[in-house]
Amino acid sequence: MNNRRLRDIREDIFFIGPGFIIFTLIVLFSFVLGIYYSFTEWNGVNKEALWVGIDNYLQVFKGDEQAGVSAVFTLKFTLASVILANLLAFFLALALTLPLKNAKLMRTIIFLPNVIGGIILGFVWRFIFTNSFVSIGELTGIGFFELPWLGTPITGFWGSVIVFVWQRTGYLMMIYVAAIVSIDDTLLEAAYIDGASQLHMLTKIIIPLTVQAITVCVFLALSWTTKMFDVIFALTKGGPFGSTETFAMNIYYEAFQYNNYGLGSAKAILFFIVVGFISTAQVLITKKWEVEA
Amino acid sequence: MITNKYFPRLFVIEMVVLVIALIYLSPFYFVVVNSLKPFGEIIENAASLPSTIRWDNFVKAWNTVSFPTVFLNSLLVTSFSIAGMVLLGAMAAWRMVRRPHKISGLIFVLFVSAMVIPFQSVMIPMVKVAKMFGLLNSIPGIVVIYFGFGMPLTVFLLHGFVKSIPKELEESAYIDGCSTFQSFFQIVFPLMRTMVVTVIILQTLWIWNDFLLPLLVLFDESIRTIPLGIFSFFGQYLNQWDSALATLIMGMVPIIIFFLILQNYIIKGITAGSIKS
Repeated sequence: MNNRRLRDIREDIFFIGPGFIIFTLIVLFSFVLGIYYSFTEWNGVNKEALWVGIDNYLQVFKGDEQAGVSAVFTLKFTLASVILANLLAFFLALALTLPLKNAKLMRTIIFLPNVIGGIILGFVWRFIFTNSFVSIGELTGIGFFELPWLGTPITGFWGSVIVFVWQRTGYLMMIYVAAIVSIDDTLLEAAYIDGASQLHMLTKIIIPLTVQAITVCVFLALSWTTKMFDVIFALTKGGPFGSTETFAMNIYYEAFQYNNYGLGSAKAILFFIVVGFISTAQVLITKKWEVEA
Repeated sequence: MITNKYFPRLFVIEMVVLVIALIYLSPFYFVVVNSLKPFGEIIENAASLPSTIRWDNFVKAWNTVSFPTVFLNSLLVTSFSIAGMVLLGAMAAWRMVRRPHKISGLIFVLFVSAMVIPFQSVMIPMVKVAKMFGLLNSIPGIVVIYFGFGMPLTVFLLHGFVKSIPKELEESAYIDGCSTFQSFFQIVFPLMRTMVVTVIILQTLWIWNDFLLPLLVLFDESIRTIPLGIFSFFGQYLNQWDSALATLIMGMVPIIIFFLILQNYIIKGITAGSIKS
């Protein structure tokens, strides 16, 4: 009996141990260490970090204007992008589950940007906004293309939203397509025979039966937008005047450009709390909605 | 489906989606046509086709970012990271499902809860920890760091999958005298391949394209990955769009080829993976 227990423990360590130890040291240990750093002042070079209590947290709320600008930008960007990307993805999924001739090809095209790295996409769109749009504007005279794209806070904001929606719609669309395809056709046929209008079928059958996919897609879009870094880092570098700096970028600059590791860590912990709160709230709200539907 | 009966209406929908698809493709058009022009021509008109096709930009881009090196580095980092996290994740997931007890239950909860931690929340101390363990500025080092960050999703997806594998196969293997190790590596692991493919696809799209983590831990030019190579090219030659666009195309081509070849698996993997999580 004792021998067998010993063997069980040995096998547990062999199978679970390596993965768990690496994960603990890299992720969990860093997380705990980050909480400690957030109460210290440390420039990354000195051997000792100086304990300062909650000063860093107070500093974020009181003395750090750019952190506030970044937080507001991130929230607005999240709100606009999550809504627009999901609406577009849902309606594209509705259209592309109809018997269209080129449905598969069009799905592939719309999905394509998802496989390319954010840094590359950011630079691609920087070129398009600052060069191609200008040329199109000159050729066609359409006002939309003649705006000072990325040159003002407003065009910087909408430029970022456009790139995000372009990049991620395809991914969400694929999830919606899978959900719509799995709806039992006989339900829709019965509704059609009963004379239900298309709008009725959408709101009474299709949407209620795809609520789970909506939860998943909103969750995914939230996690992409709240943590947005690489695309905007390449697209605008946070400019003009820090107006398109995401909170993730703000943490990066605080720590790795200004070497304020303590303050950066405090921001990182606040970021964790807010992102965690937003995604938990979203899951709870849509879950409740799922039950009701 | 029903709309079959409204043929003209279906045609209108097809046209609308076609226009949207063309808009989605247009960035690739602009990048490709301008990458074949000399600088002056781009500035003159960044929407037209090139007057003559010239490959000079690609030659310059290839050499400036040392494309073969960054490509090989990306390949090494991605493949070793994924091989390791799949192996370690599969072992842990299987053991936790088959021999559950309090401690392994707690470990599973830790893995799953860590999925909500944004990378940016741990990146500052992570650099310090990586330095402590000698993982900075080396390809094996970043591979180990990826093991750590990749473990939660890998374990989570495989854990769910192992539950669906019938126990009887392993039990009869034990009766035939197989050890735990043999039954895992010879019987269970091969049965996990459907979910392993999903894991490989999701993690490839993440690691191949990842920018921030490599930026923080890889410094030498010789170990840069593709995203880092492109970023530093833009740092040096800001707005030199002729060769910059060629660089961007070279950066995109490998992953686009990967996508087009494995398209069906990728789309299945994504829908399966995201509905689980």
